[in-house]
Amino acid sequence: MIARLRQELSRRPDLLLIADIIPSSVKMLDLGCGNGALLKLLRAEKSVQGIGVALEQSKILECAANGVPVIHGDLNEGLRDFSDISFDYIVLSQTIQAVKRPDHLLSEMVRVGSQVVISFINIGYWEARFQLAFGGRMPVTKTLPDQWFNTENIHLATIRDFRELCARREIRILRELPVAPASNFLAKLHPNLFASTCVFVITRD
Amino acid sequence: MAKGNIGIVAWQELSFGQTEEDALLLDCGRKFGPVTLRYETYGTLNALKNNAILILHALSGDAHVAGFHSEKDRKPGWWHEMVGPGQPFDTDKYFIVCSNIIGGCSGSTGPGSINPATGQSYNMDFPVITIADMVRAQKRLMEHLGIKRWLALGGGSMGGMQALEWAVSFPDCVAGVLAIATTSRLSPQGIAFNWVGREAIMSDPLWQNGDYDDPQPEKGLSIARMLGHITYLSDESMYRKFGRRLQASDKYTFDFSRDFAVESYLQYQGTQFVERFDANSYLYITRAMDYFDLSAKYGGDLAKAFTEVKAKFLVVSFSSDWLFPPYHSRDMVKALLQNRIDVTYCDVQSSYGHDAFLLEVETLGRLITDYLANLYAEVSK
Repeated sequence: MIARLRQELSRRPDLLLIADIIPSSVKMLDLGCGNGALLKLLRAEKSVQGIGVALEQSKILECAANGVPVIHGDLNEGLRDFSDISFDYIVLSQTIQAVKRPDHLLSEMVRVGSQVVISFINIGYWEARFQLAFGGRMPVTKTLPDQWFNTENIHLATIRDFRELCARREIRILRELPVAPASNFLAKLHPNLFASTCVFVITRD
Repeated sequence: MAKGNIGIVAWQELSFGQTEEDALLLDCGRKFGPVTLRYETYGTLNALKNNAILILHALSGDAHVAGFHSEKDRKPGWWHEMVGPGQPFDTDKYFIVCSNIIGGCSGSTGPGSINPATGQSYNMDFPVITIADMVRAQKRLMEHLGIKRWLALGGGSMGGMQALEWAVSFPDCVAGVLAIATTSRLSPQGIAFNWVGREAIMSDPLWQNGDYDDPQPEKGLSIARMLGHITYLSDESMYRKFGRRLQASDKYTFDFSRDFAVESYLQYQGTQFVERFDANSYLYITRAMDYFDLSAKYGGDLAKAFTEVKAKFLVVSFSSDWLFPPYHSRDMVKALLQNRIDVTYCDVQSSYGHDAFLLEVETLGRLITDYLANLYAEVSK
């Protein structure tokens, strides 16, 4: 079953990376948990006590079918249902760019979780830069497939931008794991240019 | 048997509390007995006795949750689409029990029952009961059935209140809770509507301080029901169902008889209700709802009320429910999370208002099916 669950997640390398980061038996909150696939894997593989948050009713139903506890909620309203440091880990995958105030959510996450794992879409990725610089238009890439007018990604930023925001909010970056579709070597050398996404582990300073 | 149809079912009764020691100690301080509980069961209790589910009904419901009482019976039980072979409460898998509450008028002991001490019906001598009292009586039924722990229990509205009370009062007896369109405490708005409903009954000259015979205070009871019914619908569902449609002609009558379809509907609901419901029971049950507040013993802190709870929760609200609004469910979820209790919460998009818990069969059915399947797999491990 675990192999099958991992197979299901393989389309999203950042999720597999997150699955490896989360230790066994921790209490975890997955914000924007989709159909609950990551939580299902971690509950089976690492006995993680996990719960998700999803905005859409259809996702709640899918999570229930996957046997994953889930709360129907809107991340734009913050994490008011959750008390301080009530989770060991909070996961937010490729979602921070879609909320109204990423800075507020970031503060909320480090309030509620001891550690926060974020996977982040990097608009500084060379392909996006190339499209903007030479095509003169907003980039449309594999990780950013929508047009500027219909995308849910309203707060795109680069890895450098994210590091700066963390510094400003007194958030410490514990780990930074760049993910590249092609060359991991280049991504590690210069993540802001060669990593299409990046997984950060952060905590309150 | 066809999928979904449970067929002909029969009710059963349990009586207890004939002696002083066996009587039910109520919240009001009175020891009360004898007590009869009417209930129905569907499906089979397995050898491990870990597949039992208790369904709890709302204000005007009863023990007859699914199926028919006879070949001629045209009206199935109140949650017929949810209970049966292959249905969310799958009678091929689970042993389903539904008990009628004390205080009611559908077979269990209530104000209309005969007081053995006087040979007359209790009427207003019936003790004021609470949701916890209803649950205490159901606990006796559980013991009688030889069940140690319910796989799950739940219901909508007042049924959800009983489910919450169960989880708090008897934490070892409940593995899962389905809290649907409910609240941990009735809102002042809910209390207000109940008050007006009771006033309508008690100001009907036929009420006679509860000592009515036949007819009962039908006018008062039907007004209470009409008022209640408005609170079960929503602005949108009324627009959809009736609009401003006129009932009989296309012109106003210019008098005060029924012009509008919505008026006609309410009157029908009121008239139907008095056929099957007892006015005094309405007083007692609404009072029990008024008094329901799980956090009352804990200085208003709901999280403290849940500290001993061991069950896993499925909480469902409906977006247009203004009688038991979604934020009540959210508060409950928050308090459960503070106690690190496993909870799934869904606010189902619906225009049906409070009644949605009876009407949104598909979405609710999917949630319940999956929730129970996972719970059953866990307890069977």
